[in-house]
Amino acid sequence: MSTLDLRSVSKSYGAVLAIDRVDLKVAAGSRTAIVGASGSGKTTLLRLIAGFEAPDTGAVALNGKTLADQNVFVPAHHRHIGYLPQDGALFPHLSVERNIGFGLARDIPGRDARIAELMDLVALDRTMLKRWPHELSGGQQQRVALARAMAQRPQLMLLDEPFSALDTGLRAATRKAVAKVLSESGITTILVTHDQAEALSFADQVGVMRNARLVQVGSPAELYARPRDPATAEFLGEAIILPATLNAGWADCCLGRVAVDDATRSGPAQIMLRPEQLQISADGTGCPGIVTDIDFGGSSSALTIQIAERVILARCTNAQMPTVGATITMAPTGLAHVLDERI
Amino acid sequence: MPRIHTANRPPRWIVSAAVLVAALAILPLASIVDVTVETPWSTIVAMIVRPRVGELLTNTILLVALTIPLCTILGVGLAWLTERTDLPARRVWAVLMTAPLAVPAFVHSYAWVSLVPSMHGLFGGVLVSVLAYSPFLYLPVAATLRRLDPAIEDVAASLGLTPWQIFMRVVLPQLRLPIWGGALLVGLHLLAEYGLYALIRFDTFTTAIFDQFQSTFNGPAAYTLAGILVLCCLLLLAVEAGTRGGARYARLGTGSARTLRLRRLSRMTALICSLLPIATCILALGVPLTTLARWLIIGGAEVWHADDLAPAFSQTLIYAAMGALITTLAAIPIAWLSIRHPGKLVRVIEACDYVTSSLPGIVVALALVSLTVRFAYPLYQTMATVMLAYLLMFLPRALVSLRASIAQAPVELENVARSLGRSPAQALWAVTLRLAAPGAAAGGALVFLAIVNELTATLLLAPNGTRTLATGFWALTSEIDYAAAAPYALIMILLSLPLTWLLYYQSQRSLGR
Repeated sequence: MSTLDLRSVSKSYGAVLAIDRVDLKVAAGSRTAIVGASGSGKTTLLRLIAGFEAPDTGAVALNGKTLADQNVFVPAHHRHIGYLPQDGALFPHLSVERNIGFGLARDIPGRDARIAELMDLVALDRTMLKRWPHELSGGQQQRVALARAMAQRPQLMLLDEPFSALDTGLRAATRKAVAKVLSESGITTILVTHDQAEALSFADQVGVMRNARLVQVGSPAELYARPRDPATAEFLGEAIILPATLNAGWADCCLGRVAVDDATRSGPAQIMLRPEQLQISADGTGCPGIVTDIDFGGSSSALTIQIAERVILARCTNAQMPTVGATITMAPTGLAHVLDERI
Repeated sequence: MPRIHTANRPPRWIVSAAVLVAALAILPLASIVDVTVETPWSTIVAMIVRPRVGELLTNTILLVALTIPLCTILGVGLAWLTERTDLPARRVWAVLMTAPLAVPAFVHSYAWVSLVPSMHGLFGGVLVSVLAYSPFLYLPVAATLRRLDPAIEDVAASLGLTPWQIFMRVVLPQLRLPIWGGALLVGLHLLAEYGLYALIRFDTFTTAIFDQFQSTFNGPAAYTLAGILVLCCLLLLAVEAGTRGGARYARLGTGSARTLRLRRLSRMTALICSLLPIATCILALGVPLTTLARWLIIGGAEVWHADDLAPAFSQTLIYAAMGALITTLAAIPIAWLSIRHPGKLVRVIEACDYVTSSLPGIVVALALVSLTVRFAYPLYQTMATVMLAYLLMFLPRALVSLRASIAQAPVELENVARSLGRSPAQALWAVTLRLAAPGAAAGGALVFLAIVNELTATLLLAPNGTRTLATGFWALTSEIDYAAAAPYALIMILLSLPLTWLLYYQSQRSLGR
């Protein structure tokens, strides 16, 4: 089992800084997602780990063995790190069988049996072995690519937005299938994606990248509930960010008095609530506001509500749905999160 | 201080191979410069400032100045008729306009000289050149005409331009790149061709250098003339590069382009317009083919001497196959580098390869004669030297197709192969080169064709007793034995036909047809 360790890794292309002093630890057998907008440096980070690029400074180590630092550079083909790129990148000139067997030496005993096992592992029928990549659906191609990467029993698997080219329904199913295969084999996995929902649902640990820096790392629940800054908060989901005055675990803001998750700070600050934390109160207690717009969304709808000078977003179920122009009262549930004061 | 890693650097042996090929490529230029530098200045001046050089220069300038505009008018006119009008049988004409490429230039002039024995000088030279080389303009112009966005012409019409104004102000400016590119190609052929002008008795630098070489062998006079010829070529390259401009010609905006609307010709206009392709066909295909047929009939079965033809045929195949293989292999490193690791060094290497291949075969051959005689005598008049000459002259033909097909093999596949334990070189071999194989084959085929029809360098460099189809044809025509030469010409044309079809097909397919 493996632990990946990145220490202060930087990489630039000419004058452009692609990765800026990134530190990251990935525990053995865990799943980590690196999420960020395009151009944030997340793919470069993956390429550095894979060994397609070398860092300018810093060190990359796997299981205590240095893969890259100031003196050492282990090339990609000696790293035993699996790589699943965006569209699978199956070799178009090779059959499914030869794609999967690409990383296996020709003369190892039980080679065919291993290939067949891998097909079972990714839940593909063995009769597909003779097919060509262009005869497979997008999801099947990804499974073959996964089997191909698994063939060499990698210590670490890198997934570079492998689901983004698939249809919405297929995407979730393929993601679940891939996660299951990797978990059962106990392979440490890093997923790079720009889709925050995908990152949150896939990983044990999520890292958010912005402007070449890894701005925050934590469990999905922690990151969602306690982002460090407004940009991270908004990147991970809809957020209500309000100015407030803190005092002993409470915040005074346009919603009234709200309990916060940081009792140590006092004075002016920014607090954050997720829209699902704001509920229409049935008994009329809470903060009054006027509904200015309703965005019907099926099971739950988004309400735009004017409270004093502010416009905020809340969610409600169909049963509770008010009409535009109605005055409702809103009551926050749970704790509001206090954002970092540096911002 | 940040250390520069070697991870994403190309493997050293690939760079070394590319640099080696580039170094070989500049050998001919360096050798010409070297000989010129070693010759006393007064001798050079005496050899340059003489009526003979003035005469050759006048001939060359007149040839280029007359042939290129005529080729352009003919090429653009035919391309417009076959691509943008509903001219009857326009697809057939499109194929026939490409077909003259299958006939080697010196076979064109053989046909004309044996048809009109009195034909010679500038008029003959220009006529045969236009017929032999106008496909070089027709092909790229036709391809571009098909690709132009019709919306631009619709907009011009809505702004009140007449069809003629649209052609002059909208269509023609967009044809700038193919016209300049085609004109450059024609120009370089005019400077390089030997056989065509020797047969039609029109003196150019190339024929003069050849004569000079035959009378004085390795003398400075040939090198001085070659030096001037090199300057003419470089001048053409510079003019083309300088006028190409940086404007964007691709279709702007997204969405698929509407298909072109063909201009309807009235029956009378169509009849008149058909005269142009008909006349071109008669002159550029009819004359060579009927002359050839006539000589074959006159010669009868006697001219098909298997004893002479069979060795020439097999020797041609061996030379062409080996040359194509070596040239394609030599093109791999630079083609891969230019796609995967573009940069300054790679551009310089490419420039070396391209400049040398634009030099006439006679210059490359002369330089290799001088080099082998002075520094590597055992290599003089060996197959190795001939192969080197082919490599230097025809490298870009292999390079262009190979580059295009490597560009279509995603780098991601190489990355995956590396993550599966293959070294960069193994990944290149197992994945990229397999995928690029069709492109490599097409490039190799173009080199093969060029070697089959190559005359000058083979005449100068091949070991004594070598007889390819081209040199065999040449020896017989020099003895005015036109009938005996006919089978050689026929075989060369037949060998060239599939490749000519390939060129036509590629120009169609590049547009997604």
